[in-house]
Amino acid sequence: MTTGPGPTHRTPPTAQAGRAAPATIIFSPEQLAEVRRLQSLYPDKRGALLPVLHMAQDTFGHVSLEAETYVASLFALSPAHVHEVVTFYTLFFQQPKGRHVVAVCHNLSCHLAGAQRIIAHCKETLGIDVGETTADGRITLQAVECLCACEHAPMAQVDDRYELDLTPDKVGRLLAGLA
Amino acid sequence: MTEKILTRNFGRADSHTLAVYRETGGYKALDKAAAMQPAAIVEEVKKSNLRGLGGAGFPTGMKWSFIPRGHTGPVYLVVNADEGEPGTFKDRYLLERDPHALIEGMIITARAIRSALGFVYIRGEYVEPWRRFSTAVREAYEAGYLGRGFDIVVHRGAGAYICGEETGLISSLEGLKGWPKLKPPFPAIKGAFGAPTIVNNVETLAHVPHIVNRGAEWFASLGTKTQGGTRIYSVSGRVKRPGIYETSVGITLRQLIYDEAGGVAGNGRLKAVVPGGSSAALLSADEIDVTMDVDGLKNVDSMIGSAGVIVFDETVSIPDALVVVARFYAHESCGQCTPCRESTGWIYKMARRIAEGHGRKEDLDTILDVAKRGAGTTICAFYDGAVGPYISYIEKFRGEFEALIPRA
Ligand SMILES: Cc1cc2nc3c(=O)[nH]c(=O)nc-3n(C[C@H](O)[C@H](O)[C@H](O)COP(=O)(O)O)c2cc1C
Ligand code: FES
Repeated sequence: MTTGPGPTHRTPPTAQAGRAAPATIIFSPEQLAEVRRLQSLYPDKRGALLPVLHMAQDTFGHVSLEAETYVASLFALSPAHVHEVVTFYTLFFQQPKGRHVVAVCHNLSCHLAGAQRIIAHCKETLGIDVGETTADGRITLQAVECLCACEHAPMAQVDDRYELDLTPDKVGRLLAGLA
Repeated sequence: MTEKILTRNFGRADSHTLAVYRETGGYKALDKAAAMQPAAIVEEVKKSNLRGLGGAGFPTGMKWSFIPRGHTGPVYLVVNADEGEPGTFKDRYLLERDPHALIEGMIITARAIRSALGFVYIRGEYVEPWRRFSTAVREAYEAGYLGRGFDIVVHRGAGAYICGEETGLISSLEGLKGWPKLKPPFPAIKGAFGAPTIVNNVETLAHVPHIVNRGAEWFASLGTKTQGGTRIYSVSGRVKRPGIYETSVGITLRQLIYDEAGGVAGNGRLKAVVPGGSSAALLSADEIDVTMDVDGLKNVDSMIGSAGVIVFDETVSIPDALVVVARFYAHESCGQCTPCRESTGWIYKMARRIAEGHGRKEDLDTILDVAKRGAGTTICAFYDGAVGPYISYIEKFRGEFEALIPRA
């Protein structure tokens, strides 16, 4: 999720921006067994597409065009279908992301609690803009819509965790702690 | 004060575990439900006046009764745990602190609608709730509550507010982008994977074991004439004690803000309140003597929605708040319907330039005109949810916007 007018869901396909894809886009035999298990849970195996895309992102770091094609082959779907799905959802990265993703909420309750100060502090500390990744590949910074922890505004999601009741100081310490 | 029902165990250590759930009477309603005919369960829930707590407030028992009679193929139960309505955070608590209540509610509901398979669609950002709930599902399998005629698949979303809309959710569950579908056919007739499907919110289903245990009359008596029970209000923004509050749906907004949430923070003086998630029309400070049930808010041309209450004190700039809200709808529009796709972006642009001090004289009327023309013309209610704030923010605080627009 990024800021800016208009839905980012409809971003046109981007080339891989010159970055090298991981050497092999291929699941291990155990992962392939897990794919088949997931597919068997749904009346139509296509239902397992989001779970398998999550797996692909966890494994390969992001969902590249190659990864889309690979996942499509596991479902007998067209790469275009998988691309349409990947580009619709904000949690799938089409480009390599930082080792950590810091997603600061800037919706209403967080706005009222000073989200802009938190975002400004992150930008300044990291020397990047929202939507960018630090040059050392450590952190990707995002501004996102309501994460539904508004009682602890302002807040952010850092990788899998919700970090609550942020202050510029607290977020500074958090950033410093990310390896 | 009303008795706490959904949140009664939230303060206990390990409230999310099967052991604690059982110690506090959990899974007892299953035996009672097992002795009831499916139609009798539906009847009981109808009489309880339980209404959907996800947003639309549709009577739950009535929805269940729409599954075609005599249908012999599969029927699916889909739980909407895609909580995304700005200002709402109750389902997060239910998933993390009392996941077995949802599982028990699902098992009973499945019996009522004759479903053998349920899906729980959890928003992708909710990693901890997803882990907690998945662990609870495993416990329920090991204890034999699941896997004997009813199975649960836990499904993670991937970030898209529109997947909270029930037909968008179904598309997403089917491995498509989350585009809503035209209704009719309603999901109860043709839903997930083409089969009759009941979609209910987490909190709605968490109530079901209590209704079965203690009876429809008891539940109905907790609420108002047209809506039974309690619900969990999420209160945030400029209040002294932000958090979740479970009370009767007959509570007034004034009581909720002042008696439960400790009153207004900031400069202490109330300016306006979002009563039911950001898609609900804004109420001004003199409109808070309404009951927080479905009909109470309908009467003041707003909606209870997801019961996410966001409080604005007098220091809050309404034009700035509208920019935030308009950005949200522009960002989350799925792009399927032209009025929504085009208007949300355009209105965001106008709201922003007004707040930044270079709005045009005609912008306010253009926003109102565009908003009103598009309402009701789209496949789903997303755009109507955007129109609520566009119109109410401007009509109720027009002077504040006008003051920002350069004259001449
Ligand atoms: C744009 C939009 C977003 C919605 N988001 C949610 C949501 O996050 N959670 C939810 O339970 N219902 C949401 N709803 C309402 C659902 O469409 C549906 O009415 C509800 O899940 C039905 O369950 P209930 O009858 O138990 O409330 C949303 C509706 C719209 C139009
Ligand atoms: S507004 Fe930030 S979590 Fe809801």
